Amino acid sequence: MDKPHPIAEVQSLSAGFGGRSVLEDINLDIHEGEILVVLGKSGCGKSTLLKHMVGLLKPSAGSVRLFGIDIFAADEPEMVEVLKKVGVLFQYGALLNSLYVHENVAIPLEQHTDVPPSVIRRLVEAKLGLVRLTGTGHLLPSELSGGMRKRAALARALALDPDILFADEPSAGLDPMTTAHQDDLLLELREDLGMTMVVVTHELASIHRIADRIAFLEDKKILFLGTVSDAKGCGVEIVEEFFRMGTFA
Amino acid sequence: MPARLVIEGDSAHIEGSLTFPDVRRVLAEFERALAVRTGSTLEVDLSGLTRIDSGGAALLDEVTERGRGRNVRVAYTGACDEVAEIRRIFSSGAGARVAERERAGLLQRCGVWGYHTWAGFLEFLQLTADTFYWSFAGLVSKRGGRKGAFVTQALLIGVDALPVVLTISFLVGAILALQSAAQLRQFGANIFVADLIAVSMAREMGPLMTAIILAGRSGSAIASEIATMTVTEEIDALKTMGINPVRYIVVPKFYAISLCMPLLSILATLVGILGGLIVAFLYLDLTPAVYTREAIEILTAKDIVTGLVKSVAFAGLICTIGAHYGFRVQGGAEGVGRTTTASVVAAIFAVVVADCFFSLIFYF
Repeated sequence: MDKPHPIAEVQSLSAGFGGRSVLEDINLDIHEGEILVVLGKSGCGKSTLLKHMVGLLKPSAGSVRLFGIDIFAADEPEMVEVLKKVGVLFQYGALLNSLYVHENVAIPLEQHTDVPPSVIRRLVEAKLGLVRLTGTGHLLPSELSGGMRKRAALARALALDPDILFADEPSAGLDPMTTAHQDDLLLELREDLGMTMVVVTHELASIHRIADRIAFLEDKKILFLGTVSDAKGCGVEIVEEFFRMGTFA
Repeated sequence: MPARLVIEGDSAHIEGSLTFPDVRRVLAEFERALAVRTGSTLEVDLSGLTRIDSGGAALLDEVTERGRGRNVRVAYTGACDEVAEIRRIFSSGAGARVAERERAGLLQRCGVWGYHTWAGFLEFLQLTADTFYWSFAGLVSKRGGRKGAFVTQALLIGVDALPVVLTISFLVGAILALQSAAQLRQFGANIFVADLIAVSMAREMGPLMTAIILAGRSGSAIASEIATMTVTEEIDALKTMGINPVRYIVVPKFYAISLCMPLLSILATLVGILGGLIVAFLYLDLTPAVYTREAIEILTAKDIVTGLVKSVAFAGLICTIGAHYGFRVQGGAEGVGRTTTASVVAAIFAVVVADCFFSLIFYF
């Protein structure tokens, strides 16, 4: 059977900050409907890779294609069309502090659709319900706990039913039950909407539950790319150690 | 294929793909159908739907809700498993509405405002007392302080502010001279420009302008630094390490501003008088020697002392108000911006009120 078409392609990507190289010659294809988990030690460049994949950072070399479009060569209207199909969950949520939670979730709906306000309100409550935050729309982000802020940010990332979701440590700060529920939600979204996901996480239990493939970053490169079961016996010491020991800090 | 709604009698069916771009149009079509069907049932066949997203699911819920409002029962049938599953995931439930924040009445809001203002005032007094206590205690024992903090703060508050303070004071002196020269020249009283500039700069404009500049520059820096430390839990971290945040953070700033403000104020006064001298020399034919002699003769020790006393008092106000607003911050980054602005406004207001108070004490 043919492999599904890659929805995101990272080609020979190198990146760094102020002359310090962080990523070198990264090649990665993400196929439609798959969940790819990016792993690695703290500071190895996972979040940097994610930010390059959504066009927030410009690489020193290489390219990123989303839906077949080179995002660093695309003009602004083209990029906006691409971004409408992309959801991003940031490491610290990145909710707008001056807006209520329901206003945060409604931003993409108000800006990119002509859906009437009554339906937007309904959608906002549905998305908040998905992440178990029903009834919190009237609160300010500063009135939420860290885990709740993260879930509200996930609701905002899911507002437009994106084709691909980039999530930077979605379970950080969540209790195990909420983490499990969130993993189930991600799987459900993949199952029913065919959503593709790139997830950065250290949570071993989550990785086992959701990952179709893992990409293990180490020393600026992808050390291992494959399934979790392959990773456990891949012969790469640090990868095997990760699955033996648990999680990196 | 975009969604197509076909309505025949009491039944309807939707075909195609019901997604975000279709929501507004299809909702309007449903609305028209519901408007002529009071007290009946509308059965909607979803078997023709090939695709639905959360926008479509919310639309169907909204139609049910609007039908209920018009006493029309809307029933959906024939949805394939995929469509039914997506409707289940994104169901917002009957009558789903984002919870509204309870809005307090006018009286309650006045009460809350009064309470918060009073509580804030008490906290300010407490912080001022703590700052004074730790400032004197810090002279006796270095324990609980931070090495080098005073020098760093003095450089930030004093040296870095020097160019702006001197430039503005020079201009203020020149402006005062220009404004007064036009009047005094008419009476042949040119020489009194020197008196006017010297007295007003030493008693009033020197300390006041310096205080206003430092309130905007250093007061905002104090408020934003402490507010950021508060929202990022750095203040809590200090407390849990057994370190008094007032002693550790506020007192070095208090020492620095209390020392720098009078020095800046003296320099501002001298530069303001210099600004007046240049105008007097260029427009009033006064020689620098005559102007200087007149300025020195008119100034009394009281003028200089009151200027210095005021500048020390302004320094204390700016520092404690900045710190007070910093510690009281609420919310995240948004709160830091808000509290910084509020602290600058409050500090300038307090400086002007205090100046008025000093004028009453010293000269009436």
